[in-house]
Amino acid sequence: MRLPRVQGSCPVRRLQVWRALSYAALILLAVIYLAPVIWMALTSLKSPYEATAMPPTLLPARVTVESYEALARSGSQAPVLRWLLNSVLSAVAHALLVLATAAPAAYALARMEFRGKRLVLAAVLATLFVPPILFLPANYLIVRSLGWLDSLPALVVPPAASAFGVLFLRQFFLGFPRELEEAAALDGATRLQVLWKIVLPLSKPALATLAVLSVLSNWNDFLWPIYVLFNPEKLTLSPGLALLQAAHSTDYALVAAGAVVASVPILAVFIAAQRYVIEGVARTGLKG
Amino acid sequence: MSAVDVPLVEPGQAEVDGGAQSAPGVGQLRGRGPARSRWWAPYLFLTPYLALFGLFVLAPIALGVWISLHDWDPFLPSSPWVGLDNYADLFRSGSPSRGNFWRALRATALFTALSVPVLVTLPLLLALALDRSFPGRSLFRALFFAPYVLGVAVVALVWRLLLDPHVGVINHLLGKVGLPAGTGWTTAVPWVWVSLVGMTVWWTLGYNTVIYLAGLQNIHREIYDAARIDGATRWQLFRHVTLPGLRPVVMFVVMMTVLGSANMFGQAYLVTGGGPGSETRTVIMYIAEEGFRSFRLGAAAAMSYVHALLLALVNLGMVLLFFGRGGDEEAR
Repeated sequence: MRLPRVQGSCPVRRLQVWRALSYAALILLAVIYLAPVIWMALTSLKSPYEATAMPPTLLPARVTVESYEALARSGSQAPVLRWLLNSVLSAVAHALLVLATAAPAAYALARMEFRGKRLVLAAVLATLFVPPILFLPANYLIVRSLGWLDSLPALVVPPAASAFGVLFLRQFFLGFPRELEEAAALDGATRLQVLWKIVLPLSKPALATLAVLSVLSNWNDFLWPIYVLFNPEKLTLSPGLALLQAAHSTDYALVAAGAVVASVPILAVFIAAQRYVIEGVARTGLKG
Repeated sequence: MSAVDVPLVEPGQAEVDGGAQSAPGVGQLRGRGPARSRWWAPYLFLTPYLALFGLFVLAPIALGVWISLHDWDPFLPSSPWVGLDNYADLFRSGSPSRGNFWRALRATALFTALSVPVLVTLPLLLALALDRSFPGRSLFRALFFAPYVLGVAVVALVWRLLLDPHVGVINHLLGKVGLPAGTGWTTAVPWVWVSLVGMTVWWTLGYNTVIYLAGLQNIHREIYDAARIDGATRWQLFRHVTLPGLRPVVMFVVMMTVLGSANMFGQAYLVTGGGPGSETRTVIMYIAEEGFRSFRLGAAAAMSYVHALLLALVNLGMVLLFFGRGGDEEAR
């Protein structure tokens, strides 16, 4: 097909070739980048023997789910389904607690004037830069004296004190147009009504973003849970995987299956809420 | 608005809230204060969060100091006061924690020095590639971000299997192309460092990329167009438009990445176990071991304060470095 009035040696075609090549390169790069994850999924479907065979196979010679069955077996050393349940409960409860406590606080810090506001803001902001290890010894003792060791509240409550949620929502509320709130106030609405009926419904994208980031951070937390959980039944997936690896360091298929179980739900959340995760990171550059 | 100034910025002028006294009426232009807002309303809104913040953020910071002044074994009834001994131990020759602590700090510094340059430059290149608009761009963005959502436990586990010196795929592939196939990726220096840095880059690369992409979107297209009309080459565009425009974002990425690397823990804990010897035992790993395996919580608390202080100094140094020079570029 001839394209009239195009100078040079058919730049349109050359552009297409160039574009196709760029795509091919990018796809290749992405496949190589994701290869470890793909390989993990394939390994989990091999027999324990095949998983460590040399030379390694790429595709399972015989697809088997025996590693998953071993993980699901009741009374197993690695109750992965139990860990999965604990992880889901912990992450959901944590996200709800973050929303419930951070939203009113953020609203007060964004829209109300009161004594000590600057102090509160400065204190909250400063803690963003404190390394997490600093809290570990004392928080361990605090959680222990609350009787929360080896239980869900230890995973749900202390991490919800993080500064992130409050600062994130406050930033959103600051950019929120005041007119609606003012109109409601003129109609005699209380602050709580304004927050509940006007601000929160219109902040759904921000709330969803914070919820997803909170789920993500709670699901993947590692340093804290390995020191406050002991009983295998009480673990979540992150510390559970560490235990699984320690106990079955040579059964690669089993360990890979554990990793798949830990990854699939959070990858599903990520795929479903991808826009929120990436926007949240892009907007703040901070994790929850 | 760049990623950097987000948490700090107030939009426009901060108005003073009318507060409790303002009963809105006809012609009241500044009647922004809701009718039934009381002086204690903001405190009520803050209470749930501040209770958490006080108990699990502020109290631990203070209690940590108290713990660090004791010989605190969490399983003994009494914890004798030792004053500054736990701190002095870190400097006294012959004390066991001194050598271990500084060795762990050195390992942490080495990891930071190795990982930060890669994690600052590689994501920038990737972001530049993904910044041009093409169909499927957000899919690629998500693909490169995906490993980050897996968390350190999964990432470390996958790489441990891949890097296994005997039955790992990496060594097998290297052998296939005629390279040494017996490298101790998880057991021998310097390869353990290559492994730890490599897997960390793989894990968190997409994170920094997303921040850069947000930064790139904030550089106005008109500046590029103007520069192009002036005959700027691609390199000149990058050098004189993109880089200066990204300056605050690069600064932010460097600081966050240094912070993250200095707190590295899971990768070393799960992949190398701190080995060989204590070569890859990072400072967080050592502090946690002292506190929770040797039950020397006081010593652990003291070390965590020294670590935090050193980190704050490094941060301060970086702030001075970034803000201290290049003021002329800021004017652009």
